[in-house]
Amino acid sequence: MSTPTVAGPRRLAWVRRGRTLLRFWREFRRNRAGVVGLVLLVGACVLALVAPFFISDAELSVTKAPGPLVAEPSWDYPLGTDKFGRSILDLIWQGSRVSLTVGFLATFMSVVLGTVIGIAAGHYRGWVESLLMRFTDWVLVLPTLVLAISLVVVMGRGLGTIIIAIGVTAWPVTARLVRAQTLAVEARPFIERARALGGGHWHVMTRHVLPNVMPIVLARTTLLVASTIIAESTLAFLGLSDPSRVSWGTTLQEARDAGATSAGLWWWIVPPGVAIALVALAFTMVGRALEQVYNPRLRERR
Amino acid sequence: MLGAFISLLAVAFIGFFLFRVLPGDPVRAMTQDRKVSLEQLEALREQLGLDEPLWRQFLDYLGQLATLDLGTSYQYRGAESVAGLIAEKVGPTVLLVGTATVISAVLGTWLGVRTGWRHGSTSDRVNTGIALTLWSVPTFWLGLMMIILFAAGAGPIPDIFPAGGMRDPDVTGWALVPNVAAHLVLPVITLVAVVYAQYLLVIRSSVLDEMGSDYLVTARAKGLRDAVVRRRHAVPNALLPAVTMIAIDLGGIVAGTILVETVFSWPGLGYMFYEALKVPDLPLVQGMFIFFSAAVILMNLLADLVYPLLDPRVRR
Amino acid sequence: MSLLEIEDLSVTYRTAGGAVPAVRGVSLELPAGAKLGVAGESGCGKSTLALALLRLLPPSATVTGRIMFEGEDVLSMKWGRLRAVRWAGASIIFQGAMHSLNAVHRVGAQIAEPILLHEDVTAAEAERRVAELLRQVGLPPDRARAYPHELSGGQRQRVMIAMALACNPRLIIADEPTTALDVMVQAQILRLIEELVRDHDISLMIISHDLAVLADTCDRLAVMYAGRVVEEGPARQVFESASHPYSGALAEAFPRINDPASRLRPRGLAGDPPDPEMLPSGCAFHPRCPSAVEVCPRVDPQLWPADGSSRAACVHVLPDHGASLVEEGAR
Repeated sequence: MSTPTVAGPRRLAWVRRGRTLLRFWREFRRNRAGVVGLVLLVGACVLALVAPFFISDAELSVTKAPGPLVAEPSWDYPLGTDKFGRSILDLIWQGSRVSLTVGFLATFMSVVLGTVIGIAAGHYRGWVESLLMRFTDWVLVLPTLVLAISLVVVMGRGLGTIIIAIGVTAWPVTARLVRAQTLAVEARPFIERARALGGGHWHVMTRHVLPNVMPIVLARTTLLVASTIIAESTLAFLGLSDPSRVSWGTTLQEARDAGATSAGLWWWIVPPGVAIALVALAFTMVGRALEQVYNPRLRERR
Repeated sequence: MLGAFISLLAVAFIGFFLFRVLPGDPVRAMTQDRKVSLEQLEALREQLGLDEPLWRQFLDYLGQLATLDLGTSYQYRGAESVAGLIAEKVGPTVLLVGTATVISAVLGTWLGVRTGWRHGSTSDRVNTGIALTLWSVPTFWLGLMMIILFAAGAGPIPDIFPAGGMRDPDVTGWALVPNVAAHLVLPVITLVAVVYAQYLLVIRSSVLDEMGSDYLVTARAKGLRDAVVRRRHAVPNALLPAVTMIAIDLGGIVAGTILVETVFSWPGLGYMFYEALKVPDLPLVQGMFIFFSAAVILMNLLADLVYPLLDPRVRR
Repeated sequence: MSLLEIEDLSVTYRTAGGAVPAVRGVSLELPAGAKLGVAGESGCGKSTLALALLRLLPPSATVTGRIMFEGEDVLSMKWGRLRAVRWAGASIIFQGAMHSLNAVHRVGAQIAEPILLHEDVTAAEAERRVAELLRQVGLPPDRARAYPHELSGGQRQRVMIAMALACNPRLIIADEPTTALDVMVQAQILRLIEELVRDHDISLMIISHDLAVLADTCDRLAVMYAGRVVEEGPARQVFESASHPYSGALAEAFPRINDPASRLRPRGLAGDPPDPEMLPSGCAFHPRCPSAVEVCPRVDPQLWPADGSSRAACVHVLPDHGASLVEEGAR
């Protein structure tokens, strides 16, 4: 009888990861809302990526746009035009790039901040945890929009400052979640073993706590993107974004400043809002589906 | 209480740091969009006390805060103190926020109890779905839609409500009441649409937590009707944790107020904040930042103080 | 006709994993003025049985059979009639009084609640009755204004008893009335229940895992295992000379205070009670039974007269030791 070749440990780890992924996907698939959301998101991202191939600079320029001014929707311009003659459809399509990018970047920043603080608090305990958590709770209480607006006003308007402003105000919820999860993970015996084998702080935090914390963070991140996108559009609407970059929020700001609301120019107002709502809703549904997959208690109670 | 005091101090510190230290030269930040001569810049610097060393500025600043002096507005050029401006505009904001909060609390609680109790039913799913959708819609856009639909008369719906402001300029005396009320309708509806969902979701989850409790079985065993069990036993217990949970998102209510006032040109604190950041009128923005943050911290403190009065287990 | 007659009661829970049987074909009888004990380990279905008697199970439970209370079938009563019978006809003393009482209402109000519901009395009259009930259970009347968390465990249990007596029921079901209490307090509470039940001429059904306690207090004793009644008979007899191996083992598990030798005897059963979703074939007890024989996994004996007025569900009680049952099964 020949001995079968045993796969190396690395290969085994990958096989296991693959199986976990498959199991996760099967569970995720059960949540219909989540799947719909995922499809919407993938669609939105693809559209955002290919936008430059379909929209020329001229179509977006304030002076050279070809369309009639403030025209109602028609065959040529399915969503009508704005006061510069730009097609609203183009604006929405192009605007998705900024809105999604800012959404992702600001969320990323916020999640990194929250995870670092959360793991540090949960891992080191003692006065470090006390201090960090008090700070977190304090930031949590502050009115988010006021803080974000203040930051942008002080740093000057623009996409970069918006990303920083949102990132700096949205991390507390993630931090609390990560800390709770860190405490739970570190209570498990394998952490003790890792320490006994000589694992230092960095080792424990990055190779043991972090991988176990990531799933929950992923779910929360997805939900966070929804609020970040809404936050970006809000700040843009208030005039705090870069006016030369088209985003859903700036489109709405221009609409309002041009008096679109009182004039009843619905085709300028409705599409950007619908776009924001759909994308936010999609992220929320995916996020809730992820939460249900990772936390069986949240699954539909009978 | 001590926690609240420390929080307030932290707010003061951040306020200083944010507006005096961060922008490098606050005067340049304030005048970035307009042409200003060097003398004017110097005069402004002197007026704001920016020619003093930083630590001296900070002490002055703390002293001023202690006397509720939030500085002088840049826009209104020395004539108006920030504190005075805030006092002026508080009224309309309280009217708007107060009305909207009461309606949201009542609506949200009623729906939260119903959907939690009938968990899994169609009405539960529908209500939760609506709340979720409203949460995904940006507040300011909702306001814009309200104006388009009900004020500008787009489509088949006639323009019923005014498109903005708090009242028509030529109305005085008792006639003001219905006039202001008419102007209040759309902003309140918008603010409620955003806020009630919070209450609904929090109360619903609280009710769900209570549903499996043993004391409810006891209540049913006594022969009480389902509605009575819900009303007299489940709801009081479910409402308790909701009190503190609701206080946590006061920041959301502040944000909603700012946006709704901006969209509807409602002459309150939110609208003033919006006008201030367009200039940008740094002293006014700073003053309002401190005001809003302090208000939220104090409301949280209030909720913490009120809770023991309601829950007999925590009293004494 | 007895006060309470349970006929072939079965309760099945519908869960995500399928149908889980909690109670399987239980038939019991309780004459007026008598005391019946229902014993068994956790998960044997005794609490489910208690809740089923007043239709207090969640909607996911399917209940079949008949529960005749004073000649009426509880399971087919109209809603209004059921609510009238609840508490005024039969009441329950729940276990874990801390969670069974509403934390934000004063105990006096909670005791008065069923009185005001079922009888046409003024608030003042109800208050007077509450004071009287508290006196009967040994609590000072001013305790009516206390909240549950302000009372000790024993005091809370007395409140539960007072509450159960409030509408003068004919039947009281006590579900593990002493489990959460200290030993000394347990004895006091038991004596109190016995006294009150005798004074007011109420029938009593006590549910407990403590066989010794039940043997002392009750007239007849029923032992449950995996949703079935496996033995039923006069309390003393079931306790001291059980006919079913499980009852025997359960009785052995509790040392008797006046018999030092009992503490030294080896006790306890290996294994755990079976998972209701995966019951063993034949007799559910056979995997743990010290007297199991080879027919046991193949036959499921019903209750059969054993010693005197006792009945037991075991092949060893049957005249032919299950031989005929095996033949029937094979056919």
